[in-house]
Amino acid sequence: MTFINYAAREINCKIVYYGPGLCGKTTNLQWIYEKTNPATKGKMISLATETERTLFFDFLPLELGTIRGFRTRFHLYTVPGQVFYDASRKLILKGVDGVVFVADSQTARMDANVESLRNLKDNLKLHGFNLTTVPYVLQLNKRDIPGAVPVPEMLSALRVKNEDYFEAVAPKGVGVFETLKAAARHILISLKKAS
Amino acid sequence: MSISGTIIFEEQVQQLNQILTRLRSESNARAAFLIDRNGQQIAAVGDDLEQMDPTSLSSLTAGNVASTDALAKLIGEKEFSALVHEGERDSMLIAMVNTRIILLVLFDERSSLGLVRLRVRKATEALVPVFQEVDKRSASDGAQGKAAVAAAFAEITDDDIDSLFA
Repeated sequence: MTFINYAAREINCKIVYYGPGLCGKTTNLQWIYEKTNPATKGKMISLATETERTLFFDFLPLELGTIRGFRTRFHLYTVPGQVFYDASRKLILKGVDGVVFVADSQTARMDANVESLRNLKDNLKLHGFNLTTVPYVLQLNKRDIPGAVPVPEMLSALRVKNEDYFEAVAPKGVGVFETLKAAARHILISLKKAS
Repeated sequence: MSISGTIIFEEQVQQLNQILTRLRSESNARAAFLIDRNGQQIAAVGDDLEQMDPTSLSSLTAGNVASTDALAKLIGEKEFSALVHEGERDSMLIAMVNTRIILLVLFDERSSLGLVRLRVRKATEALVPVFQEVDKRSASDGAQGKAAVAAAFAEITDDDIDSLFA
Protein backbone atom coordinates (compact mmCIF):
# COMPACT_ATOMS: atom_id res chain seq x y z
CA MET A 1 0.00 0.00 0.00
CA THR A 2 1.48 3.31 -1.01
CA PHE A 3 2.34 5.36 2.03
CA ILE A 4 1.73 9.05 1.56
CA ASN A 5 3.04 11.58 4.04
CA TYR A 6 0.94 14.50 2.91
CA ALA A 7 2.65 16.96 5.23
CA ALA A 8 6.09 16.11 3.91
CA ARG A 9 4.80 15.59 0.34
CA GLU A 10 6.41 12.22 0.24
CA ILE A 11 5.33 9.00 -1.42
CA ASN A 12 6.75 5.60 -0.55
CA CYS A 13 6.19 2.63 -2.83
CA LYS A 14 7.12 -1.01 -2.45
CA ILE A 15 8.28 -3.05 -5.45
CA VAL A 16 8.76 -6.79 -5.05
CA TYR A 17 10.98 -8.86 -7.36
CA TYR A 18 9.46 -12.32 -7.70
CA GLY A 19 10.55 -15.43 -9.59
CA PRO A 20 11.94 -18.94 -9.26
CA GLY A 21 15.13 -19.78 -7.37
CA LEU A 22 18.38 -18.54 -8.95
CA CYS A 23 16.58 -16.53 -11.65
CA GLY A 24 18.51 -13.35 -10.77
CA LYS A 25 16.27 -11.30 -8.47
CA THR A 26 19.09 -10.47 -6.06
CA THR A 27 21.42 -9.80 -9.00
CA ASN A 28 18.95 -7.19 -10.28
CA LEU A 29 19.05 -5.40 -6.92
CA GLN A 30 22.83 -5.66 -6.70
CA TRP A 31 23.22 -4.01 -10.10
CA ILE A 32 20.83 -1.22 -9.14
CA TYR A 33 22.69 -0.78 -5.86
CA GLU A 34 26.10 -0.61 -7.55
CA LYS A 35 25.02 1.79 -10.26
CA THR A 36 22.98 4.21 -8.19
CA ASN A 37 24.31 7.48 -6.91
CA PRO A 38 25.28 6.95 -3.24
CA ALA A 39 23.23 9.99 -2.25
CA THR A 40 20.01 8.44 -3.48
CA LYS A 41 20.28 4.97 -2.05
CA GLY A 42 20.28 3.42 1.38
CA LYS A 43 22.11 0.34 2.49
CA MET A 44 21.30 -2.87 0.67
CA ILE A 45 20.34 -5.57 3.10
CA SER A 46 20.47 -9.23 2.17
CA LEU A 47 19.11 -11.83 4.52
CA ALA A 48 20.83 -14.77 2.91
CA THR A 49 22.07 -18.23 3.80
CA GLU A 50 25.76 -19.11 4.03
CA THR A 51 25.66 -20.10 0.39
CA GLU A 52 24.26 -16.70 -0.56
CA ARG A 53 20.78 -17.93 -1.31
CA THR A 54 18.10 -15.49 -0.22
CA LEU A 55 16.67 -16.66 3.08
CA PHE A 56 14.06 -14.01 3.83
CA PHE A 57 14.50 -10.98 1.58
CA ASP A 58 16.86 -8.44 0.08
CA PHE A 59 15.97 -4.84 0.67
CA LEU A 60 17.15 -1.73 -1.15
CA PRO A 61 15.67 1.72 -0.48
CA LEU A 62 15.99 4.24 -3.31
CA GLU A 63 15.13 7.89 -3.21
CA LEU A 64 14.86 8.93 -6.80
CA GLY A 65 14.00 12.59 -6.39
CA THR A 66 10.83 14.61 -6.69
CA ILE A 67 8.06 14.23 -9.15
CA ARG A 68 5.48 17.02 -9.32
CA GLY A 69 6.60 18.19 -5.90
CA PHE A 70 6.44 14.78 -4.25
CA ARG A 71 9.59 13.09 -2.98
CA THR A 72 9.41 9.63 -4.42
CA ARG A 73 10.94 6.71 -2.58
CA PHE A 74 10.98 3.16 -3.79
CA HIS A 75 11.64 0.24 -1.50
CA LEU A 76 12.82 -2.73 -3.53
CA TYR A 77 12.42 -6.20 -2.09
CA THR A 78 13.19 -9.65 -3.43
CA VAL A 79 11.58 -12.84 -2.24
CA PRO A 80 13.41 -16.12 -1.65
CA GLY A 81 12.80 -18.12 -4.79
CA GLN A 82 13.19 -21.61 -3.45
CA VAL A 83 9.87 -23.44 -3.28
CA PHE A 84 9.99 -24.26 0.43
CA TYR A 85 10.24 -20.60 1.48
CA ASP A 86 6.63 -19.92 0.54
CA ALA A 87 5.69 -18.67 4.02
CA SER A 88 8.32 -15.91 3.67
CA ARG A 89 7.14 -14.98 0.18
CA LYS A 90 3.62 -14.46 1.46
CA LEU A 91 4.88 -12.06 4.13
CA ILE A 92 6.95 -10.00 1.75
CA LEU A 93 4.06 -9.38 -0.65
CA LYS A 94 2.14 -7.61 2.09
CA GLY A 95 1.52 -4.02 1.07
CA VAL A 96 3.10 -4.38 -2.36
CA ASP A 97 2.60 -1.60 -4.91
CA GLY A 98 4.20 -3.22 -7.90
CA VAL A 99 5.69 -6.57 -8.91
CA VAL A 100 8.55 -7.49 -11.22
CA PHE A 101 8.56 -11.11 -12.27
CA VAL A 102 12.06 -12.26 -13.17
CA ALA A 103 11.90 -15.29 -15.44
CA ASP A 104 14.84 -17.58 -16.13
CA SER A 105 15.45 -18.12 -19.87
CA GLN A 106 16.98 -21.59 -19.50
CA THR A 107 14.86 -24.35 -21.00
CA ALA A 108 15.30 -26.42 -17.86
CA ARG A 109 13.78 -23.64 -15.77
CA MET A 110 10.59 -23.05 -17.76
CA ASP A 111 8.53 -25.27 -15.46
CA ALA A 112 9.94 -23.43 -12.46
CA ASN A 113 8.96 -20.10 -14.08
CA VAL A 114 5.40 -21.26 -14.63
CA GLU A 115 5.16 -22.68 -11.12
CA SER A 116 6.54 -19.48 -9.56
CA LEU A 117 4.10 -17.34 -11.56
CA ARG A 118 1.22 -19.48 -10.34
CA ASN A 119 2.55 -19.13 -6.80
CA LEU A 120 2.70 -15.34 -7.25
CA LYS A 121 -0.95 -15.25 -8.35
CA ASP A 122 -2.02 -17.34 -5.35
CA ASN A 123 -0.01 -15.33 -2.85
CA LEU A 124 -1.22 -11.99 -4.24
CA LYS A 125 -4.77 -13.23 -3.83
CA LEU A 126 -4.11 -13.86 -0.14
CA HIS A 127 -3.48 -10.14 0.25
CA GLY A 128 -6.50 -9.17 -1.81
CA PHE A 129 -4.48 -8.31 -4.91
CA ASN A 130 -4.98 -9.54 -8.42
CA LEU A 131 -2.13 -9.94 -10.87
CA THR A 132 -4.29 -8.51 -13.65
CA THR A 133 -4.73 -5.19 -11.81
CA VAL A 134 -1.52 -4.80 -9.83
CA PRO A 135 1.29 -2.82 -11.56
CA TYR A 136 3.36 -5.58 -13.07
CA VAL A 137 6.38 -6.02 -15.34
CA LEU A 138 7.92 -9.17 -16.79
CA GLN A 139 11.68 -9.54 -17.13
CA LEU A 140 13.17 -12.32 -19.25
CA ASN A 141 16.56 -12.75 -17.63
CA LYS A 142 19.69 -14.65 -18.71
CA ARG A 143 19.16 -13.89 -22.40
CA ASP A 144 22.89 -14.45 -22.99
CA ILE A 145 22.91 -18.15 -22.19
CA PRO A 146 23.29 -20.49 -25.14
CA GLY A 147 20.02 -22.11 -26.09
CA ALA A 148 17.87 -19.54 -24.28
CA VAL A 149 14.17 -20.20 -24.80
CA PRO A 150 12.97 -17.97 -27.67
CA VAL A 151 11.19 -14.82 -26.51
CA PRO A 152 7.81 -15.61 -28.17
CA GLU A 153 7.77 -18.98 -26.45
CA MET A 154 8.49 -17.44 -23.06
CA LEU A 155 5.85 -14.80 -23.59
CA SER A 156 3.20 -17.30 -24.54
CA ALA A 157 3.93 -19.27 -21.35
CA LEU A 158 4.38 -16.37 -18.94
CA ARG A 159 2.70 -13.20 -20.13
CA VAL A 160 -0.54 -12.62 -18.28
CA LYS A 161 -1.96 -9.30 -19.41
CA ASN A 162 0.07 -7.91 -22.27
CA GLU A 163 2.39 -6.37 -19.67
CA ASP A 164 5.67 -4.71 -20.59
CA TYR A 165 8.48 -7.18 -20.87
CA PHE A 166 12.23 -6.70 -20.97
CA GLU A 167 15.05 -8.94 -22.08
CA ALA A 168 17.81 -8.85 -19.51
CA VAL A 169 21.27 -10.03 -18.54
CA ALA A 170 21.24 -8.94 -14.92
CA PRO A 171 24.96 -9.42 -14.01
CA LYS A 172 25.84 -7.08 -16.91
CA GLY A 173 23.01 -4.68 -16.18
CA VAL A 174 21.24 -5.28 -19.48
CA GLY A 175 17.55 -4.50 -19.05
CA VAL A 176 17.82 -3.97 -15.29
CA PHE A 177 17.05 -0.26 -15.10
CA GLU A 178 14.56 -0.51 -17.95
CA THR A 179 12.62 -3.04 -15.88
CA LEU A 180 12.74 -0.93 -12.73
CA LYS A 181 11.73 2.17 -14.63
CA ALA A 182 8.73 0.44 -16.18
CA ALA A 183 7.62 -0.83 -12.76
CA ALA A 184 7.96 2.68 -11.32
CA ARG A 185 6.00 4.12 -14.23
CA HIS A 186 3.14 1.66 -13.76
CA ILE A 187 2.96 2.42 -10.05
CA LEU A 188 2.96 6.19 -10.57
CA ILE A 189 0.31 5.89 -13.26
CA SER A 190 -1.78 3.69 -10.99
CA LEU A 191 -1.62 6.46 -8.36
CA LYS A 192 -3.43 8.86 -10.60
CA LYS A 193 -5.97 6.26 -11.66
CA ALA A 194 -6.66 5.24 -8.06
CA SER A 195 -7.08 8.85 -7.06
CA MET B 1 -4.14 -2.00 -5.25
CA SER B 2 -5.12 1.37 -4.13
CA ILE B 3 -3.66 4.41 -2.53
CA SER B 4 -6.55 4.55 -0.13
CA GLY B 5 -3.94 3.70 2.50
CA THR B 6 -2.45 5.97 5.05
CA ILE B 7 -2.56 9.71 4.73
CA ILE B 8 -1.08 11.51 7.70
CA PHE B 9 -1.54 15.22 8.20
CA GLU B 10 1.03 17.56 9.63
CA GLU B 11 -0.57 18.12 13.04
CA GLN B 12 -0.93 14.37 13.46
CA VAL B 13 2.76 13.88 12.73
CA GLN B 14 3.46 16.49 15.41
CA GLN B 15 1.25 14.66 17.90
CA LEU B 16 3.02 11.39 17.17
CA ASN B 17 6.42 13.03 17.56
CA GLN B 18 5.38 14.53 20.90
CA ILE B 19 4.31 11.15 22.24
CA LEU B 20 7.54 9.54 21.05
CA THR B 21 9.63 12.33 22.56
CA ARG B 22 7.89 11.91 25.92
CA LEU B 23 8.30 8.14 25.75
CA ARG B 24 11.96 8.48 24.98
CA SER B 25 12.71 10.90 27.78
CA GLU B 26 10.61 9.08 30.40
CA SER B 27 12.17 5.74 29.56
CA ASN B 28 15.70 7.05 29.04
CA ALA B 29 15.74 5.36 25.66
CA ARG B 30 18.14 6.06 22.78
CA ALA B 31 15.45 6.27 20.13
CA ALA B 32 11.83 5.48 19.40
CA PHE B 33 10.20 4.76 16.05
CA LEU B 34 6.70 4.30 14.70
CA ILE B 35 6.65 1.96 11.73
CA ASP B 36 3.81 0.59 9.69
CA ARG B 37 3.61 -3.13 9.15
CA ASN B 38 4.81 -2.80 5.59
CA GLY B 39 8.10 -1.40 6.83
CA GLN B 40 7.57 2.31 6.23
CA GLN B 41 8.79 4.66 8.91
CA ILE B 42 6.04 6.98 10.17
CA ALA B 43 7.88 8.91 12.87
CA ALA B 44 11.16 8.73 14.76
CA VAL B 45 12.93 10.51 17.59
CA GLY B 46 16.51 10.11 18.78
CA ASP B 47 19.82 11.95 18.84
CA ASP B 48 21.81 9.93 16.37
CA LEU B 49 19.06 8.72 14.04
CA GLU B 50 21.04 8.98 10.84
CA GLN B 51 23.79 6.74 12.18
CA MET B 52 21.17 4.12 12.95
CA ASP B 53 19.92 3.82 9.37
CA PRO B 54 16.21 4.24 10.21
CA THR B 55 15.07 2.99 6.79
CA SER B 56 16.71 -0.40 7.26
CA LEU B 57 15.63 -0.54 10.89
CA SER B 58 12.03 -0.02 9.82
CA SER B 59 12.14 -2.59 7.07
CA LEU B 60 13.82 -5.24 9.20
CA THR B 61 11.54 -4.57 12.17
CA ALA B 62 8.50 -5.08 9.95
CA GLY B 63 10.05 -8.29 8.60
CA ASN B 64 10.73 -9.42 12.16
CA VAL B 65 7.15 -8.71 13.23
CA ALA B 66 5.76 -10.42 10.14
CA SER B 67 7.78 -13.59 10.67
CA THR B 68 7.08 -13.66 14.43
CA ASP B 69 3.37 -13.24 13.69
CA ALA B 70 3.46 -16.14 11.28
CA LEU B 71 5.24 -18.21 13.97
CA ALA B 72 2.54 -17.29 16.51
CA LYS B 73 -0.18 -18.44 14.15
CA LEU B 74 1.65 -21.71 13.52
CA ILE B 75 1.43 -22.57 17.20
CA GLY B 76 -2.15 -21.35 17.52
CA GLU B 77 -1.48 -17.93 19.08
CA LYS B 78 -3.19 -14.83 17.72
CA GLU B 79 -0.01 -12.78 18.01
CA PHE B 80 2.97 -12.07 20.23
CA SER B 81 2.21 -8.54 21.29
CA ALA B 82 5.77 -7.61 22.21
CA LEU B 83 9.26 -8.71 21.19
CA VAL B 84 12.47 -8.04 23.02
CA HIS B 85 15.99 -8.39 21.62
CA GLU B 86 18.65 -8.04 24.25
CA GLY B 87 22.21 -7.17 23.33
CA GLU B 88 25.31 -6.67 25.41
CA ARG B 89 24.93 -2.90 25.35
CA ASP B 90 21.88 -2.07 23.29
CA SER B 91 18.48 -3.70 23.28
CA MET B 92 15.21 -3.20 21.53
CA LEU B 93 11.58 -3.62 22.38
CA ILE B 94 9.03 -4.00 19.62
CA ALA B 95 5.37 -3.55 20.53
CA MET B 96 2.19 -3.43 18.48
CA VAL B 97 0.20 -0.20 18.80
CA ASN B 98 -2.70 -1.60 16.79
CA THR B 99 -3.02 -4.10 13.97
CA ARG B 100 -1.12 -1.86 11.55
CA ILE B 101 1.38 0.13 13.59
CA ILE B 102 4.57 -0.99 15.31
CA LEU B 103 6.40 0.87 18.07
CA LEU B 104 10.14 0.24 18.27
CA VAL B 105 12.23 1.46 21.21
CA LEU B 106 16.01 1.23 21.32
CA PHE B 107 17.59 1.46 24.75
CA ASP B 108 20.90 0.79 26.48
CA GLU B 109 22.23 0.36 30.02
CA ARG B 110 20.92 3.78 31.04
CA SER B 111 17.45 2.26 31.02
CA SER B 112 15.90 -1.10 31.82
CA LEU B 113 13.45 -3.44 30.16
CA GLY B 114 10.95 -2.96 32.98
CA LEU B 115 10.97 0.81 32.65
CA VAL B 116 10.72 0.67 28.87
CA ARG B 117 7.82 -1.77 29.03
CA LEU B 118 5.98 0.45 31.48
CA ARG B 119 6.45 3.61 29.42
CA VAL B 120 5.63 1.83 26.19
CA ARG B 121 2.30 0.76 27.65
CA LYS B 122 1.56 4.38 28.55
CA ALA B 123 2.67 5.65 25.14
CA THR B 124 0.57 3.04 23.37
CA GLU B 125 -2.50 4.27 25.23
CA ALA B 126 -1.77 7.75 23.92
CA LEU B 127 -1.00 6.58 20.39
CA VAL B 128 -4.14 4.52 19.83
CA PRO B 129 -6.54 7.51 19.70
CA VAL B 130 -4.17 9.44 17.43
CA PHE B 131 -4.17 6.59 14.90
CA GLN B 132 -7.95 6.33 15.20
CA GLU B 133 -8.05 9.99 14.26
CA VAL B 134 -5.61 9.32 11.38
CA ASP B 135 -8.01 6.70 10.03
CA LYS B 136 -11.00 8.97 10.51
CA ARG B 137 -9.39 11.90 8.76
CA SER B 138 -8.03 9.67 6.02
CA ALA B 139 -11.63 8.68 5.35
CA SER B 140 -13.00 12.24 5.40
CA ASP B 141 -10.35 14.90 4.74
CA GLY B 142 -8.23 12.23 3.10
CA ALA B 143 -10.13 13.03 -0.08
CA GLN B 144 -8.37 16.37 -0.06
CA GLY B 145 -5.00 14.66 0.22
CA LYS B 146 -5.92 12.24 -2.51
CA ALA B 147 -7.09 15.10 -4.68
CA ALA B 148 -3.70 16.74 -4.23
CA VAL B 149 -1.97 13.53 -5.22
CA ALA B 150 -4.33 13.11 -8.14
CA ALA B 151 -3.66 16.67 -9.27
CA ALA B 152 0.06 16.15 -8.96
CA PHE B 153 0.01 12.92 -10.88
CA ALA B 154 -2.81 13.61 -13.31
CA GLU B 155 -0.51 15.03 -15.93
CA ILE B 156 2.47 12.87 -15.24
CA THR B 157 4.56 12.43 -18.35
CA ASP B 158 7.23 10.02 -19.44
CA ASP B 159 9.70 12.88 -19.08
CA ASP B 160 8.80 13.19 -15.39
CA ILE B 161 9.53 9.53 -14.89
CA ASP B 162 12.68 9.66 -16.99
CA SER B 163 13.94 12.54 -14.88
CA LEU B 164 13.82 10.28 -11.81
CA PHE B 165 16.30 7.97 -13.47
CA ALA B 166 18.47 10.62 -15.06
